[in-house]
Amino acid sequence: MKKLAGAFCLAAAISLPVIALGREVTFTTQLKNYGGDGAYVALYITDANGRYHETLWVAGEDTEYYKHLRGWARGSRQQRSEYDGLTGASVGSGRTLTVTTEVADVLIDAGYEVRVDTAVEDMRDNQADASVALTTDGAGKPVTGRGYVQSLRYDLQ
Amino acid sequence: MLRQLHSLPGLIAALLVVVIAVSGAILSLDPALERAGSTVPAAGQISVADLTQTLADTYPGAEQIERKPSGAIVVYYSDGDRVGADVVNPRTGQRIGAHEPSSFSRWVKNLHRSLLLDTAGRAAAGIVAVLMLVLTISGALLLAARLGGWRQMLRPIRGTPGQRLHGELGRAAFLALLLSALTGAYMSATTFDLIPAGSAAAPEFPAQVSGGPPRPVGELPAFQATDLNDLRELVYPFADDPTDVYSLTTRTGAGFIDQASGEFLAWQAHSSARRFHQLIYSLHTGEGLWWLGLILGLAALAVPIMAVTGVLIWWRRRRAMPKFSANSAPNAAQTVILVGSENNSTWGFARTLHAALIQRGERVHTAPMNQLAAGYRRAERLLILTATYGDGGPPASASRFLARLDRFPEAFRIPFAVLGFGGRQFPQFCGFATMVDEALAAKGWPRLLALDTVDRQSAQDFARWGDALGEAIGLELELEHTPARPRTTTLELVERSDYGADVQAPTAVLRFQAPARQGPAAGWLRKRHRLPRFEPGDLVGILPPGSNLARFYSLASAARDGMLEICVRKRPGGLCSGFLHALKIGDTIEAFIKPSPGFRPAAGKNPVILIGAGAGIAPLAGFIRHNAARRPMHLYWGGRSPQSDFLYEAELDGYRRDQRLTGLHAAFSRASERSYVQDKLVADRMHVREMIKQGAQILVCGGRDMASGVRQALNEVIESLGLDIATLQLEGRYREDVY
Repeated sequence: MKKLAGAFCLAAAISLPVIALGREVTFTTQLKNYGGDGAYVALYITDANGRYHETLWVAGEDTEYYKHLRGWARGSRQQRSEYDGLTGASVGSGRTLTVTTEVADVLIDAGYEVRVDTAVEDMRDNQADASVALTTDGAGKPVTGRGYVQSLRYDLQ
Repeated sequence: MLRQLHSLPGLIAALLVVVIAVSGAILSLDPALERAGSTVPAAGQISVADLTQTLADTYPGAEQIERKPSGAIVVYYSDGDRVGADVVNPRTGQRIGAHEPSSFSRWVKNLHRSLLLDTAGRAAAGIVAVLMLVLTISGALLLAARLGGWRQMLRPIRGTPGQRLHGELGRAAFLALLLSALTGAYMSATTFDLIPAGSAAAPEFPAQVSGGPPRPVGELPAFQATDLNDLRELVYPFADDPTDVYSLTTRTGAGFIDQASGEFLAWQAHSSARRFHQLIYSLHTGEGLWWLGLILGLAALAVPIMAVTGVLIWWRRRRAMPKFSANSAPNAAQTVILVGSENNSTWGFARTLHAALIQRGERVHTAPMNQLAAGYRRAERLLILTATYGDGGPPASASRFLARLDRFPEAFRIPFAVLGFGGRQFPQFCGFATMVDEALAAKGWPRLLALDTVDRQSAQDFARWGDALGEAIGLELELEHTPARPRTTTLELVERSDYGADVQAPTAVLRFQAPARQGPAAGWLRKRHRLPRFEPGDLVGILPPGSNLARFYSLASAARDGMLEICVRKRPGGLCSGFLHALKIGDTIEAFIKPSPGFRPAAGKNPVILIGAGAGIAPLAGFIRHNAARRPMHLYWGGRSPQSDFLYEAELDGYRRDQRLTGLHAAFSRASERSYVQDKLVADRMHVREMIKQGAQILVCGGRDMASGVRQALNEVIESLGLDIATLQLEGRYREDVY
């Protein structure tokens, strides 16, 4: 018993500072075989009113094309400071985008949502292709998208 | 220099240029196909409001409308959990079909712009576009130089079939290829931000919206004011979000529209750089300009053919140019040797001279006369070895020499010596060498040696000149020349017909075949060896036994006739004609083919006037025999006696009956009538004039005396048309094969 209490204290001591900063979350976005060029994908968080809160990741290199990720573009106003250091290559048909990032603890279980906007050249744009509420219970449970997204899932570390 | 600029990128990038051109040609079909499948209303007929109103019924879940450059209207919609994209009729809002960009087109597009290799491939495609630009411009400059200036660009192109095809396709496709290459290079430069593309207009998202209840889409003033043909893209507000707006992109700019008021909340016009970029984009892709796309695509199809012919031309030229050991660069050499050669025999002498000078420690630059460089910085002397072609004209490798000399820097003058090669039996013996010698002297160059000549490839004449040269430059030169024996094929005489013995003009029509196969393979392969390739009008070089000096005869048959046919008049004391006349069936000769692509009927349906005398009938009979298209062909021919030397009489009768030959006008100098071929031309002048008015081509084959008689007579006949032979010659309509 004493031993167990000691272990608990140790765990709390290690995890406490982490709780203060946020939690590591891994977002896994799997795309369908939509059969087109690489998809531009914006992964972002919205608040309880559906308003843009922050950018998690933008896949796709040509900023000229970002306006097609319409919900994200509108919320972030496409300001470089919003996505600086959070961009990478576009995601091919049938491929999976995995992003691990730190999410402030206050955002979890507080009505915040994760949204994915997608766009492909010469094909349609999908605002809120997939979205899922950011809750402790919802972790690890994939949701389906309505556009190019096959499934969206997040795992709390 | 210009030639290197043309062939080097051509060789390096041939394959990539072909890939990009062919994929571009395939893509060029897309705009036209898309245009064919869509209905485009006239301007002012349908507004964006009309369309959105119609779609409100047929596509309640519409999220985005796109107007393709072809005019096709695509609606992106969601229906419950399902999303889709349809092409719709703009009048009725009804579905025409699903919008499914073909994956083949997408693959071809990626091949075209990035060779399927992303960023690195895009860079490569951009470099190919620049190389293509270099090829197009340098090719046009080369062609202009070859044809004698920009004003002469539409003149017929001469040369081998490959050269003609290359030049004619290039000329036809020039503007289209220039446009494709230029716009392609521009687009690539904008991809890599080397040129600003002018970003698409993107106004700030409005901070405030009216927030009132949304009005029906058909009643929004901003949509009513926008013609459907100006629409590029319309994005609906996100479902049930009263704070969202319509995003409208048109031909002229982009803006946001309030859901409730239907007025613009923000608007920004495209920058002029952007409009320019859009114009270039349409010019390159043919999007919105489907007919231009088809023209560019068709022109792109010429590229693979030009790549193949171009590489062949380069390869042939490379092979024809003899290799020289220790050939210095133009600016390094002390001695410059320039060679004018028609059938490469003069090159043999140049090689001997080159080797002898190298042996004495000289730095030597040897090149064809056409490659007169822009300067020779260290040169101390210029030696020119040149043959003469036809009646005092330049041989093939010197055809542009005099024009180049005109542009040569005036201040540069070094001692020169010209050595002419030819045969004294011809009236214009070394005529071109004389012309070159005088042209250099007229420019003020000092003569190192007076003009000298080598008669019939005489090794003694050459050695004598070498002694004089050595003395003049203070070197001991021993020029021992043994002519290289050309590579020959063995041919066997299979048939001969003899004419003209009674009129002291023994003439034989000789037919040869490749010898029969020997050994075990003979049973199952074709019975005889294959003949080399040739057409009527080409020449066969024949080496009489014990000589390395070929005599040339015009061919009367094509290789596909299965035999090689010539017509030989026996000359008193003639080594080769005597040898040929003594041949019996089964005897063999050593021969090689020398193509003469200039001397044959030009393509087309225009009449052909064939003029010849004696054995000169051979190629003319060959042209008639191969006149499968039955174009008008008239033969004017002169012999001695209709009873004795009427060559090909029976065949010509047959050709007249089956209309391969339209008119036969034979003149005989020892018949009661006593006339020459030029007399027949004069007697028939009305008809000859008429045919020349119709664009007739004239081909003359025979001895020099006859040829000059014919020229004189024809000049008189066509004087009233305001024409002369020199003009016809420039147009490629008068060609001679004279011996």
